[in-house]
Amino acid sequence: MTAKEYQSAAGKAIPHSKAARNIPTAFVVGGLLCVIGQAIIDLALFYGLEKDVASACGSISLIILSALLTGFNVYDNIAKYAGAGTLVPITGFANSMVSPAMEFKSEGYILGLGAKMFSIAGPVLVYGISASVIYGLILVLMGG
Amino acid sequence: MAVRIGRYTLKLDRPTSIIGYAAAGSRKEAKGPLGKFFDYIDEDSTFGEKTWEKAESTLQKCVINKAIKKAGVTPGDIDVLLAGDLLNQCIGSTYGARQMGIPYVGLYGACSTMAESLLLAALFTDCGLASRCVAATSSHFCSAERQFRFPLEYGGQRTPTAQWTVTGAGACVTALQSGAPYVREVTIGTIEDYGICDINNMGAAMAPAAYATLLHYFNDTGTRPEDFDLILTGDLGMIGTQLLHQLMDEAKLSITANHKDCGLLIYDRLEQDVHAGGSGCGCAASVLCAYILPQLQEGLLKDVLFLATGAMMSPTSVQQGESIPGIAHLLHLSHTDGKEDNIC
Repeated sequence: MTAKEYQSAAGKAIPHSKAARNIPTAFVVGGLLCVIGQAIIDLALFYGLEKDVASACGSISLIILSALLTGFNVYDNIAKYAGAGTLVPITGFANSMVSPAMEFKSEGYILGLGAKMFSIAGPVLVYGISASVIYGLILVLMGG
Repeated sequence: MAVRIGRYTLKLDRPTSIIGYAAAGSRKEAKGPLGKFFDYIDEDSTFGEKTWEKAESTLQKCVINKAIKKAGVTPGDIDVLLAGDLLNQCIGSTYGARQMGIPYVGLYGACSTMAESLLLAALFTDCGLASRCVAATSSHFCSAERQFRFPLEYGGQRTPTAQWTVTGAGACVTALQSGAPYVREVTIGTIEDYGICDINNMGAAMAPAAYATLLHYFNDTGTRPEDFDLILTGDLGMIGTQLLHQLMDEAKLSITANHKDCGLLIYDRLEQDVHAGGSGCGCAASVLCAYILPQLQEGLLKDVLFLATGAMMSPTSVQQGESIPGIAHLLHLSHTDGKEDNIC
């Protein structure tokens, strides 16, 4: 068997992900998180907060919830089933910062926790901010 | 003294016996089908330590001491300790060996380390370079995850091809002595790379190495798969096993009837949610020491080919887009020392 034939045999041997289960679960959990976020925003509006402040309340609450669940070793167990449902919303971002911070505390607060907490979220920040800068430039140039 | 037969295989001339062996693991391994055969289980995977690296060192130290004790000797009787693990600079082994005072050789063979260390220990012993050697290796799920993959609490889904690093260790003491199990021949593996780049599919990356080593051994010794009770691979898992069977079938040396893989033996794959099976140095090491060597000693198994496979990549090489080279070292372990074969 040549390397090429082997790679094709290896490709055939790989079982498929359980998409029929994963995709609906991700949809439901992700949707549920959004509902929770919206409920917090509505509650904040109900108590008379400005729209901007109420939105920030929603995001902050979800971040705290995600960080707490990560700290109590629960988040990864939910994410195992929820997949993109817990990864895509802001909760996934919080988890991606809290989990390395917990993991690398053993290497100290500066080179461990401080440096490594961006190991997963760092690229998201870099390219997210870069994309927004480019979008902003385009908007300015197009006269928006 | 060992003699070379063929291009790849060394035949041990004197009765080199594994006089003591031990296996250790943690909670998940204890819950697996082989849990009851382990010599030492600690439900707490920190093993009482503050970091995962220290936990792995403690695990390895513990299994070495246990094997030495079972061999009926003391650390002072051991001439060489050959050990390795998956951690950068092999700190699992070196920190574990700190207080032992035994001449130490650190090895890196990824998940093939049990076969690598045991074949070297057997050669040292057979050649008279050491009266007693210890071969040992370990892996720890938590220390491996943080080095090779993601933080433990990161919420991600593992792919169906991913394997679960065993928190476990195994150690063997070799000596020139009569008493099964014996090491009869060893085949040093060649690096094989069929261009698999997926770090989550190590079984596929390693299967060609197992295939090459088996082929080399059968060619050098003139034996066939059916001459052995068991052909035991280290941690090919479900996908690697399937691919190895395909490769061997193609070479007209089918091993389907008597092949088993440690990665598929150590856990209940579906029940324990380990996807394609177990992996890590501790996988082959603990299955060998807990489950296979006792059967060889008692004569329930007569002749076993043990080959541990290793994926010799690093996170750096994978990030640079390199494919994953594999290696497999082989040992022929036997209930008899092979001398009666010559008499007949």
